[in-house]
Amino acid sequence: MSSVARFTDSVEDGRRVLRFQGDLTLPRLGVLPNRLDRLKGNDFLIDLSGIGRMDTIGAWIVHRTARDRGGEIVGAGEGAADLLRQVEKADQPVKVRPDPPAPFERVLTQLGEATVESGRTFVGLLGFFGAMLIAIANVFRHPRRFRINAVVQRFEVVGVHAFGIIGLMSFLVGIVIAQQGAVQLRQFGAEVFTINLIGRSSIKELGVLMTAIMVAGRSGSSFAAQLGSMKLAEEVDAMRTIGVSPMEALVLPRVFATVLMMPLLGFYAAIVAIVGGAVFCWISLEIPPVTFVQRMREVVPLTDLWQLLIKAPVFGLIIALAGCFQGMQVKSDAEEVGLRTTTAVVQAIFLVIVLDAFFAVFFTEIGWL
Amino acid sequence: MAVSEAEEIVIEVKGLRNCFGEAVIHDGLDLDVRRGEILGVVGGSGTGKSVMMRSIIGLQTPDEGEVRVFGETMLDRDESELQGIRKRWGILFQGAALFSTLTVAENVQVPLREFYPRLSEKLLDEIAAYKIVMVGLSPDAGPKFPAELSGGMKKRAGIARALALDPDLLFLDEPTAGLDPIGAAAFDQLIVDLRERLGLTVFLITHDLDTLYTICDRVAVLADRKVIAVGTIPELLALDHEWIQEYFRGPRGRAAEEASEEAEARIAGANGGTER
Repeated sequence: MSSVARFTDSVEDGRRVLRFQGDLTLPRLGVLPNRLDRLKGNDFLIDLSGIGRMDTIGAWIVHRTARDRGGEIVGAGEGAADLLRQVEKADQPVKVRPDPPAPFERVLTQLGEATVESGRTFVGLLGFFGAMLIAIANVFRHPRRFRINAVVQRFEVVGVHAFGIIGLMSFLVGIVIAQQGAVQLRQFGAEVFTINLIGRSSIKELGVLMTAIMVAGRSGSSFAAQLGSMKLAEEVDAMRTIGVSPMEALVLPRVFATVLMMPLLGFYAAIVAIVGGAVFCWISLEIPPVTFVQRMREVVPLTDLWQLLIKAPVFGLIIALAGCFQGMQVKSDAEEVGLRTTTAVVQAIFLVIVLDAFFAVFFTEIGWL
Repeated sequence: MAVSEAEEIVIEVKGLRNCFGEAVIHDGLDLDVRRGEILGVVGGSGTGKSVMMRSIIGLQTPDEGEVRVFGETMLDRDESELQGIRKRWGILFQGAALFSTLTVAENVQVPLREFYPRLSEKLLDEIAAYKIVMVGLSPDAGPKFPAELSGGMKKRAGIARALALDPDLLFLDEPTAGLDPIGAAAFDQLIVDLRERLGLTVFLITHDLDTLYTICDRVAVLADRKVIAVGTIPELLALDHEWIQEYFRGPRGRAAEEASEEAEARIAGANGGTER
């Protein structure tokens, strides 16, 4: 019969005796280990003659009591004695977690590692960019190696599937800009300038920037995760050994597709944002659409559009590069895929915003106000 | 480890049917696993060995049929009711399926923490430590992460986790696949030792003929969407079935048979020499 493990503690012939009873098995242990821990004294005689079943965990508890308290085990049946021998044999110092380094040392180590890592990432990204240029050159020399099907498929995933979400986002952003702008400009009685605000900010900055963020979140991350998983499954290695260049087969189609899709998506986003603003102006400020469009044509110079069309492909290149680069860096396990995906998105958005600032200064300098 | 008498049949599968869309994997599959035995499951690739295991352990709901483990039905049960059964088995998946964010020792502790939250932190560490040594890993494997382990070490770590609760029933999905012959033989020995020591019942999917010959008490053959035969290897060899004959009588099968006969002869000789 199975019964809960327990023990009695008594003194017989001047010696402390621990008499175990019941089943010394994991489900039956209950609070026995804690009671044993609280027990004071040592040099016990451990009597196992009354026990029922025993498993390795029960054996371990008996073994460690005997080991730590200088006890002697008596009355163990053949099976129990065998188990005790087995756990004794397996009693070796084993660490459960890696040693944590000292706090100060850890800060220094992390700082050093982060520095080395960012240097390595920079060099790696540069190298990756170079490898991609070489791949492009190769494809130009052997145009038949260009994977047009893969590119077209990426068009759909990166571009067409993003229309819905980017449209909705831009529409809402357009409304918000119009609403916030109108509230501020009303104080000067200059509500009509809301149209300038919507037109110029949408086309020059917001359309392409919001699109870049959305594409980085949608496609940059998926590039990193896809390539990362493929690396883990040794697909990339298999490709190499068959003679297919992963750069040409995996990276180039993604980069091409993103570079080509970004201007289209950016332009689309800008237009939808303007529509959103126009709707707000019509409903809330009572500016009819005809007036809105007319005014738009007066205040938005063509150079704003050029800015959008120049910036978008560059942002696309950065997003695709960061995604593919991080994906190809995956080496060890699934957790790394997640980390690399995060890094790809953060890196892409950060670089896009840095470059956007650079572009803003540059275009102002050349007179595209 | 004694189990009550009503549980002589540990796993009972009746009329199992599994389909994936149009493809019928199992149809009318029956299988009994007796307490304390090591049952090997063999079958050609794609005959649904792993799917059968997944049906038994409740990861795959069969379209029809009945599955009982420890005499209790596995189908249409509450999660909370299944926990009681899950406490009593350990599973080693094909790829070991270690949790990649935890160290080996922490992996071993997961089932203990989940089912027995009252165990003290110190005892948990000690249990993980001796389990790791017991399955033949070196002590310094404890604080390593799965990504740092070789394939064989992962399997051992996986079995340490499967054995964390000292289960009555052990499922092994191709435990020796991808191990070198020495490692595979050691693994076989480990499973036999564990069975002797803990009275385990082992459900073992394998392609390794040496494993089948050396440690399996009975072998179940999966073909034509059902278990076509269960028995000891000599019993199976007496059957006139093309696939079985080809499987065991092929060049690899013969080599394994000879090796096992030699080993038995050696053991018999050694026992005869000593006075017992």
